[in-house]
Amino acid sequence: MIRFRVNGRAAEVAESGARLLDVLRLELGLCGTKEGCGEGEGGACSVLIGERVVNSCLVPVSQVDGCEVTTIEGLASPALARAFVEEGGAQCGICTPGMMCAAEALLRACPRPTIDQVRAALAGNLCRCTGYTKIFAAVLRAAGERAAGEQAAGERAAP
Amino acid sequence: MASVGRRVARVDGWDKVTGAARYVDDLTIAGCWFGATVRSTVPHGRLRGLHREPTFDWDRVVLVTAADIPGDNVIALIEDDQPALAKTEIHHVAEPVALIAAPTPELARAAACAVQLDVEPLPAVLSLFDATRVFREYEITKGDVAAARAHADLIVEGESTTGAQEQLYIEPQGMIAQPRPGGGITVLGSMQCPFYVHRALMRVLGLPSEKVAVIQTVTGGGFGGKEEYPSMLAAHAALLSRKAGRPVKMVYDRQEDIAATTKRHPSRVRHSTAVRRDGTLLAMDIDIALDGGAYCTLSPVVLSRGTIHAAGAYACPNVRVRSRVLMTHTPPHGAFRGFGAPQTLFAVEMQVERVARALGIDPVDLRRRWLLREGDTTATGQPVVAGAAAEVLERALAQYRSKSSPPPPPPRRRGVGVSLYLHGAGFTGSGEDKLKGRAAVRVAEDGGFEVLAASTEIGQGTRTIFAQLAADALGVPYQQIRVVEPDTSCVPDSGPTVASRTCMVVGRVVEEAARELRAQLLRWGESARVTAPDLSALAHERARRAGPLAVEKVYAPPPGIHWDDAAFSGDAYPVYAWGANVAEVDVDPDTGEVEVTRLVAAADAGRVVHPVLAEGQIEGGAVQALGWALTEEVKYQDGRVLNDRLATYIIPTSADVPVLETVLVEQPFAHGPAGGAKGIGELPMDGPGPAIVAAVAQATGVLLPELPLLPEKILAALEARGEREEAGR
Repeated sequence: MIRFRVNGRAAEVAESGARLLDVLRLELGLCGTKEGCGEGEGGACSVLIGERVVNSCLVPVSQVDGCEVTTIEGLASPALARAFVEEGGAQCGICTPGMMCAAEALLRACPRPTIDQVRAALAGNLCRCTGYTKIFAAVLRAAGERAAGEQAAGERAAP
Repeated sequence: MASVGRRVARVDGWDKVTGAARYVDDLTIAGCWFGATVRSTVPHGRLRGLHREPTFDWDRVVLVTAADIPGDNVIALIEDDQPALAKTEIHHVAEPVALIAAPTPELARAAACAVQLDVEPLPAVLSLFDATRVFREYEITKGDVAAARAHADLIVEGESTTGAQEQLYIEPQGMIAQPRPGGGITVLGSMQCPFYVHRALMRVLGLPSEKVAVIQTVTGGGFGGKEEYPSMLAAHAALLSRKAGRPVKMVYDRQEDIAATTKRHPSRVRHSTAVRRDGTLLAMDIDIALDGGAYCTLSPVVLSRGTIHAAGAYACPNVRVRSRVLMTHTPPHGAFRGFGAPQTLFAVEMQVERVARALGIDPVDLRRRWLLREGDTTATGQPVVAGAAAEVLERALAQYRSKSSPPPPPPRRRGVGVSLYLHGAGFTGSGEDKLKGRAAVRVAEDGGFEVLAASTEIGQGTRTIFAQLAADALGVPYQQIRVVEPDTSCVPDSGPTVASRTCMVVGRVVEEAARELRAQLLRWGESARVTAPDLSALAHERARRAGPLAVEKVYAPPPGIHWDDAAFSGDAYPVYAWGANVAEVDVDPDTGEVEVTRLVAAADAGRVVHPVLAEGQIEGGAVQALGWALTEEVKYQDGRVLNDRLATYIIPTSADVPVLETVLVEQPFAHGPAGGAKGIGELPMDGPGPAIVAAVAQATGVLLPELPLLPEKILAALEARGEREEAGR
């Protein structure tokens, strides 16, 4: 058996050559992760393994044994979600779950990215609707709000 | 507080950012089988038969061929020339010939591979340049071109070409068909036009209207690509479902989607322009050829829009446009954002650049001189109202000048190019008059307000703007409006979600219906002596005491517009939207690579209903145009798409585009909703292509009027000028 955690909950599936994408969608019912091309070019199937963003269509499920997998359903970043809605970062929405996973990986590794760091970090996630400008705005706004939130939390915690 | 003009949160936003939105492939239906398609591998041939591999266990699957079609073997559209399944003749590679349904997708694919087609190949026409069979032709005549040419100081001639372009919505095409008790069928899936699918299904299945229901699921992008093809896929899923007696899901993978579905029409446009030395425009003579592919599908209307836009945003007293769309043995070309206009607008903008060079006049000054002003007439003789050509041009230039860019790192060369264009919103000619799009607003049984329309949300924001328009007309917060899922069995036919018509045309109907509903509700309140603190409370009282209340309205085109289909003249559209771009590029002379370092878009789409959504349309369209201009080449070999993958068909990524600079100009259209909205969906696709090519021309000194402008072409041009000796060694 392959044992791993998805969005903080234990998962157990039979050992097979199945793609992580199919296990998430078909076995675990996590349909937020989408298939755009099936060959790792579009990024609609992006999820986090640990802190790293991967194309789940290219990952055999046996590779995630013992790992922590995070999908859009478990992303738990209200600032990022709000920014995508309000800045217009999601239009048709099909790339959005993968795009937000890639953005989350960036913000964890680099809490205050520059615009060029955002452009580079999202380059594996294709969007055909937005032209990307509003996605950049959403990611930068979420970074700012998270940093402000942490600063406020830090000040509250200070004696 | 009014919601129009504000950045309210889109109504489908939260579902999309949490992964809760359910697209067609996310739906599981008990007992559902999966479909696969057997397709032709030759571009033209006689279908002699179909052989099933004897070793395969055919009892485990269902096979459908043309012989199983209960109604007409046709996908109903304009000419009704495209079969649902080829029967005797193959007209293009990837043409559907047979269908398989099986309990698993793997088994369905295996069965499809176990079917061999016996085809006798026939000679094929594979390029526009060899095509002779004409699907449709048009001619526009304004003034006297021959007489005007006799008085010219100069005649400038030139040709422009554009290639096919794949819509590349990120969600591939998909449908689920379910038999209904009593012999009907329900089809749900990814689409733009539920009533197109409805009409096609009735015809293929031979069913009356009430036995067919079509429901749009959350749709992951369309851009025209889900205008006509969903009728084909829905027909296939339905045929399988009826034979198998169970639900059948068909979802294409990316390769099948690119190989088989429609693309933008390739074009070849020739211009011959008569001018005086001082830049006075005397006459335009334009010849257009579009590659329609193997079947007529939507080509006549793509061509008519292209023809009407061919003279661009310019006032020319004498114009002749001759146009035709021709048959080739490639998969049919179809709707893609802009619908023929981007091709002909590219050509006219290239011609402005040529004339400016020939006369030694700055191309921007030439545009200022030629552009259509209020009261001038277009090529079809339509007087310009709510025009904004001058304003969008100056606003785009002002935005460009408001910032300076760092100089390009050597050896890269900088260039700046400009484009100016217009885009007619709504159906062409008398289309809206014939269509009579309908929409309704009602107080539902539970007392809530609902908008009922067939217009689909495909990412552009239909649900949000309908909620805004209805809310403001009713005088309630927009959160109180539910926009009902398009289901042909319960929404009126608003017409298709195409042609930049959803806001301007259907939005106006929604607004009128909501206004009337408010009046009726208030009248009911008075007569029933009901007092309520607000309209929402009154609506709940109404539903409780007297049941639902609905108002349906029909679109009425603006008064006084006339179109003559025979003469191809008159008011081609209710109104035009206007756009201008400034593109700044860096060209690497060693690699031919082009980087767009800045892209400014100024757009007038009348009153802006939602600034974020409006900018989103402009930015998204601009980047699709950037891809069409620089990287998106559909490569065909013997009629087959060679690059049918995301790894080989290259659309722009976040690393390929600058932060776009968008300027919204608001020139209200008296007959639009919300005090003057026009259509915006397609306009942004028209201008970046020519602006980028003009910028490359300034950087390199060579005008290369062909899209996509690939690095190889730029290098070859530089070589031809003797600028790259090393390359010749």
